[in-house]
Amino acid sequence: MPEVTIDVRGMTKRFGHLTAVDQIDLQVCAGEICGFLGPNGSGKTTFIRMLCGLLRADAGSGRCLGYDVIRESEQIKRQVGYMTQRFSYYEDLSIIENLDFVARMYQVKNRRAAVAASLEKLGLSERRNQLAGNLSGGWKQRLALAACMIHEPKLLLLDEPTAGVDPKARRDFWEQIHQLAAAGLTCLIATHYMDEAERCHRLAYIGYGKLLTQGTVAEVIAHANLTTWEVTGPRLVELAERLRSAAGVQQAVAFGNTLHVSGDDAGALRRAIQPLRVAPYQWRETDSSLEDVFIHLMDQLPDNARS
Amino acid sequence: MNVLRKFSLARLVAMLVKEFTQMRRDKLTFGMMLGIPLMQLILFGFVINADPKHLATAVLLADQGPQGRTMLSAIRNSGYFDFVKVLQTEMEAEEALARGEVQFVVNIPAAFSRDLLRGDRPAILVEADATDPAATGNALGALRVLVRDALQHDLKGPLAALAGVDGPIELRIHPRYNPEAITQYNIIPGLMGVILTMTMIMITGLAITRERERGTMENLLSMPTRPLEVLAGKIIPYILVGYIQVGVILVAGYFLFGVPITGNVPLLFLAAFVFIVANLAMGITFSTIARNQLQAMQMAFFVFLPSILLSGFMFPFRGMPVWAQYLGEILPITHFLRIVRGIMLKGNGYAEVIHDLWPIALFGLVALVIAVKRYRRTLD
Repeated sequence: MPEVTIDVRGMTKRFGHLTAVDQIDLQVCAGEICGFLGPNGSGKTTFIRMLCGLLRADAGSGRCLGYDVIRESEQIKRQVGYMTQRFSYYEDLSIIENLDFVARMYQVKNRRAAVAASLEKLGLSERRNQLAGNLSGGWKQRLALAACMIHEPKLLLLDEPTAGVDPKARRDFWEQIHQLAAAGLTCLIATHYMDEAERCHRLAYIGYGKLLTQGTVAEVIAHANLTTWEVTGPRLVELAERLRSAAGVQQAVAFGNTLHVSGDDAGALRRAIQPLRVAPYQWRETDSSLEDVFIHLMDQLPDNARS
Repeated sequence: MNVLRKFSLARLVAMLVKEFTQMRRDKLTFGMMLGIPLMQLILFGFVINADPKHLATAVLLADQGPQGRTMLSAIRNSGYFDFVKVLQTEMEAEEALARGEVQFVVNIPAAFSRDLLRGDRPAILVEADATDPAATGNALGALRVLVRDALQHDLKGPLAALAGVDGPIELRIHPRYNPEAITQYNIIPGLMGVILTMTMIMITGLAITRERERGTMENLLSMPTRPLEVLAGKIIPYILVGYIQVGVILVAGYFLFGVPITGNVPLLFLAAFVFIVANLAMGITFSTIARNQLQAMQMAFFVFLPSILLSGFMFPFRGMPVWAQYLGEILPITHFLRIVRGIMLKGNGYAEVIHDLWPIALFGLVALVIAVKRYRRTLD
């Protein structure tokens, strides 16, 4: 039984009438990369902020890194690396000055060596004297990652760390995350990207403040019990229109030259597409993708839950 | 013509709708647009007085005769002098002037009545705190006239001869501290207070709001920091900046404008420390209340106006209505002006300075406590 890094229950946060996070339970084991998914405004950032003491929870209990998540946020802060959604280091300081500041804040031992090692590890050495404000998105993200890891945290909370970063930089970033996780670091990563979600050990999907599903990628897909058909042929847009209004069809989404048609009642779906299974259309049943599942989950939410 | 044809009324309306909507959202700016003119109307309309009357005056009455009392009531009836204190000794008079408790000391010597009746032309001594020439000028002018005429009723019949050509009494005026009535002597030390107030409040006023606006606050809060560490870290660098300003003003005042520095410079630096910290603390308090840098600037502006007008910098403090003086007493700059002018012009020492130093320290402490309380450790 691996050590549990995050073990919280009933976490709730209200802003006025809006319940941003509603009774969320989450367990993440040490060394695990947990993908945190959900549409915009679903409460991902709020939940992460509650974990690291940036927001006070209205309800909930549990432990994070062995400390009480409500009362001992000061101790939790010392061992957490938090990367904000928006770049939040000092743009008028250079890379090395930013790292040095953070290292001092966490009272890192052998500070100079730690800063130098951090620069080296993330390939920032040559740019050390460049002002953070002049860096491109990818380099800013590297700096932010270096900075939030300089005190060797045991838990990384990353809030959409790769937004606006090119594919190569994203791949490098994930490479690093996996290396760190292998060394025992726990990561909770909020993301919108499905390819990134698939790189996580485990997923937690929240919508409008509620935890909708969690598990491995395969478990999440299986749990949704979704059937998907792929169809190719001419004038797919018109076909999609017709399909969407048919009973049993919950999604009809264009992917390039194909259309994915999904529903959670396999029989009803089969009946719905039956009249359209004629030439020139070519149909074949396929695996549901993570994206199909997520959109399916979103659509199932009651309308009044949407803001 | 071309310009007119390209002008679209629809687009103008779009701009107007947007501006009005934004104006409605930004309540503080809207409040300032109403608040500033109101404040200026009240300050300039009711408070500012270029002909200050009812100036605090102490009396040293050694004479027992009726003429001495007649003189005093004549002086009071002029409206320029309010007798707030009766003193016994010359020492007390010295202290009251040095502390700025009174603007004038009227000294009617023993045997004033006797000498008057003898025709010896006795002297009334009026000591004036002339650091601010504007505060004393009119009062002293009125005094010269009334001393000549005050006793006209008494000196009738057989005493009429005493009136003489030069008047029955000699008026000796001692304009203290700034005998030549040089305006710069008053303004330059005063500027030290004004400059420090403006720059110190502004610089820390932006300190926290800047972090919030740039998004770096979220990061700072996620680190294991204590409010006092952040606040002190934001204040301390600017104490140095404040001292540089004090140094520049002192050097320029002394060498460029010839303002004397009669008192103790280390004492001035000590007082400046308290004053600088109090202003920085006030700025940082604004910073914890304001939501953005603009709001912090607006709050700072709300302090600048009374700081200049109610502190005794531009207009004589004692010339203001009493309620305005009470308001002025709250402001650190009012006390600092007395300290700086006292040290530079009057040669005041620790004993006089402490009277005005503790209100500044208290103000700074209260501001700091509010700042620490207001400083939000979470993003709630």
